[in-house]
Amino acid sequence: MLWWAMLIGSGLITALVLGLLTAAVRNNGARRSERGWIWGWGLGFTGAVLVVLLGFSLWIGERMLARGDDALRVGAHAAQWEWRFTQPGPDGLPVQTVDTLYIPAGESFDVEITAQDVIHSFWVPQLGGKMDAIPGHQNLHRLRADTPGIYEGLCAEFCGIGHSFMRFTVVAYDPTGPIPDMSADLIPETRP
Amino acid sequence: MTVTRPMGDRDIAPNEPMFDPRADIAPNDTRRALSLHRELDRTWRDEPGWRGFFTSVNHGTIGLRFMVTSFVFFAIGGVLAMMIRAQLATRQGAFLDVDLYNQIFTMHGSIMMFLFAIPMLEGLALWLLPKILGARDMAFPRLSALGYWCYLFGGTVIVGSLLFGLAPDDGWFMYTPLSDRTHSPGVNADVWLLGVTFVEISAMAAAVEITVTILRCRAAHMPLTRMPLMGWYLLGTAVMMLVGFPPLILGSILLEVQRAFDWPFFDVARGGDPLLWQHLFWLFGHPEVYIIFLPAAGALSTIIPIMARTTILGYGAIVAAIAGLVFLSFGLWVHHMFTVGIPHMALAFFSAASALVAVPTAVQVFAWIGTMWDGKVSFRLPMLYVMGFFITFVMGGLTGVMLAMVPFNWQAHDTAFVTAHLHYVLVGGFVFPMLAAVSYWMPLICGRWRVRGLGESAFWLILIGFHGTFFLMHLTGLLGMPRRIAVYPNNPEWEWLNLISSIFGMIMSAGFALFAFDVIMQWMFGRRSRRNPWRAPTLDWAMPLPAPSYNFASLPGPRQADASALLPLARGEGLLPGAPRGFRETLVVEAGTGRPDHVAVLATSTWLPLLTSAAIGSFFAAMLVGLYWLAPLGMVLTLIAAWKWGAIMGTDRDHAPAAVAPGLTLPLHWQTRNTLARTGAIALLLADGTLYAALLFGVGFLSVVAPAWPAPPSTLVSLPVIAAAALALAAMALGLLASHRAEAQRSHASGAAWAGLGLAAALVALVALAVVGLGLDDPRRHARDALRGAILGFAVFHGVIAAMLALRSLRDAQTGRLSEVRRGAAPIWQMFQAFWLTTTAVSVALIAAQEVL
Repeated sequence: MLWWAMLIGSGLITALVLGLLTAAVRNNGARRSERGWIWGWGLGFTGAVLVVLLGFSLWIGERMLARGDDALRVGAHAAQWEWRFTQPGPDGLPVQTVDTLYIPAGESFDVEITAQDVIHSFWVPQLGGKMDAIPGHQNLHRLRADTPGIYEGLCAEFCGIGHSFMRFTVVAYDPTGPIPDMSADLIPETRP
Repeated sequence: MTVTRPMGDRDIAPNEPMFDPRADIAPNDTRRALSLHRELDRTWRDEPGWRGFFTSVNHGTIGLRFMVTSFVFFAIGGVLAMMIRAQLATRQGAFLDVDLYNQIFTMHGSIMMFLFAIPMLEGLALWLLPKILGARDMAFPRLSALGYWCYLFGGTVIVGSLLFGLAPDDGWFMYTPLSDRTHSPGVNADVWLLGVTFVEISAMAAAVEITVTILRCRAAHMPLTRMPLMGWYLLGTAVMMLVGFPPLILGSILLEVQRAFDWPFFDVARGGDPLLWQHLFWLFGHPEVYIIFLPAAGALSTIIPIMARTTILGYGAIVAAIAGLVFLSFGLWVHHMFTVGIPHMALAFFSAASALVAVPTAVQVFAWIGTMWDGKVSFRLPMLYVMGFFITFVMGGLTGVMLAMVPFNWQAHDTAFVTAHLHYVLVGGFVFPMLAAVSYWMPLICGRWRVRGLGESAFWLILIGFHGTFFLMHLTGLLGMPRRIAVYPNNPEWEWLNLISSIFGMIMSAGFALFAFDVIMQWMFGRRSRRNPWRAPTLDWAMPLPAPSYNFASLPGPRQADASALLPLARGEGLLPGAPRGFRETLVVEAGTGRPDHVAVLATSTWLPLLTSAAIGSFFAAMLVGLYWLAPLGMVLTLIAAWKWGAIMGTDRDHAPAAVAPGLTLPLHWQTRNTLARTGAIALLLADGTLYAALLFGVGFLSVVAPAWPAPPSTLVSLPVIAAAALALAAMALGLLASHRAEAQRSHASGAAWAGLGLAAALVALVALAVVGLGLDDPRRHARDALRGAILGFAVFHGVIAAMLALRSLRDAQTGRLSEVRRGAAPIWQMFQAFWLTTTAVSVALIAAQEVL
């Protein structure tokens, strides 16, 4: 929504500026009108566009934040070069998996993002924006998968030799059905 | 000889004169231009042959050398870019392995930023400023040369590391902990930290120099408020460099100290925080974008009115926009860190500031369009590049506004979308205007007119190649392709986009090669250009082509107010004609009004800049190869070289005042107090103060944000340490008193005694600081202790400077360099002594507060 508004707006503004430029080049020696150019276009027009855009953006941003409600919490711990996830297992108790995160579809969840060694960044493009994983800090990131399915994720902060290959998968399952089999991804020592 | 007359007959009416209309200075008698030229050229030209190459300090030579060298680095960075595009053309790119790929993209970014863009604008400023402001040289010619050698040596080491596979590979932003000793054990990261810091000496030198030249070396009675817009743009640039570079320099020093000596500034387990690096880096990194943009915009504001045969629209609004950009750009750095987990309120603030910065930019863009609307645009080659700027930069600016929106930023951050955006901004906002500038000023550089056709072909190749490469990259990014990946085997949907980008990238490279070829052809084979070929009013064209070594045979004043005064100036009717004393002389004015103040005698050719940069380089080299015990030798060599600089300043007799014009005689700079050196010291201390403020920011940030705090109990507080700190402060205060008394008593024997007392006080203070150092907790234990070590190091460093200046003042007194009118180094010593005392007092108070609270 924000994106389409910005795309169309940018296209229009680009066309407008280039149109003015063409007109300016063709126009030969008219009167000087400093006020129109500086105050009208430079300040008035630009200011109006920015105010509208900024308000819209903040309003959307506010809705995307993690809040203190009782949303599901999962953990994502990044290390060179793998992701360790903590999420509710088949029996409701938390289990740890490598490179695959299991979450129920259709409800918001918060990811607690931490890092082992260097800075990484948690990003599932189809679910939403990214959030950095920084040693010594814990970041909270709200996401939501509307429909069950498999979503590809990746590390979005350069983290060394293995950066290109630091991919992961998010499996969004139907919360009304059975919880999928996670055994292939479980970390051995946490296996019951 | 063919005379080229490219511009129409329409002259530009100077409806806004560059000089104070109420001021007047009578003209000097007319002399023969040729004999004046010989007299001046003998004094100003470089020494012949290879000697001249190493000893030149002339701004024309050094400025051109900066520009040519930066183009060479641009070509190297371009070749690296083509290697990146070759690798990404297919999803299983087998051209480079991942390690080499990481080195290459790191180097591409670092070279383009630090070895091309910044030196290019420094070169343009050094070369152009004295000409456009009506002076004979920059304020500190030897400093220009020192900066060049530091740039050349540092840049060579950085690029040379590629040949050995030791190039930096942690990204051009060098985020820790990836760049710390644990995760980057090799010398690669040290090459970046030390090499870039070495190169930044040239940036600081240029920033001080540009500031002082604009404030003090303008033509007589050219007020600040009427100077050419280029002056305002470069003043904004220089001030931003003075404030923007110190955080990066501090960050690089801290990170290098962590790597070399294990002081944990950024180690989260011991009270450090990797986010501190990001703050320091982007405190520099965002202003950096505007540091690059402002000189380019200055070129546009200079070229567009000439090409449109009119004057610029909205001079005052543009000056206000420059001031706004300088101010706002320091409130934006956090927008590079939107994804590190920052409260939404803070995000909203920085998001708004980031959007707001578009306003002054938009004001300038509309002022340029309005200027073209007023005039009649003539599509010469520079104008084509200006059009390339408009098309490219407007789109880059709009994607920038998109990225300033937090929700969208979360989505697009670190994807190819950002790659596309930043290339639109930097190529649009810097490279196109610089190409316009080069093609505009080439006749002044080489005295020749270009070969027809080549330049236009190069322009179209660059324009088409650029948009073909980067326009689709927006889409590649929106499809989710992150930056800095070498292969993408599972994403066939990105492949065709990347392939197209790669093909157009090659076309763009061909365009740049053709541009370089065109410039070389013009230099070697172009027809002789007529004087002032663009019929521009600014003073840079009020001289013969190519520009002579001394710029102006006599300096412009109210009666020689624009380029039409070319012949009167050459005949010596302007101010301060010729070189009657055999000195390189230029006029110094009051900063605001431009009233003539005194005559500065500038440096002549010398080996000293080269030797000094070699001495500094030996320190960096010892650090780089890990011979830390050898590094102090480099420091000693640097001190010896610095001492030599002082030794060739000053004079041991009173000189007669210089006849500037009928009825106007001015003293030479040895016999005044408010010298260029004094203004330069103020500018340098502004940068120095910023460095100290960044260090205090580090203390505050870590205390509040870093996890492993509070620090373990300290054993610092003990009677000897408290006594030593008090003694140090008392000695510094005594030194400050001595520095003032030494100046006041300069013509008496007691002046030397005061200088000697000041020197002794500085040495006592240094010893006391060493005692404090012995009492410090192990700096490797916790970041608090490491920061205390850094603060102490800052105090010791400035103590050495103060002691050197005190010694200089003592020698001035002993060697007869002082008199009733000659003050020697004392005024400068006072400022550094006061700075040393103030920062140390703040540091002591800070550490005391840490202990008490």
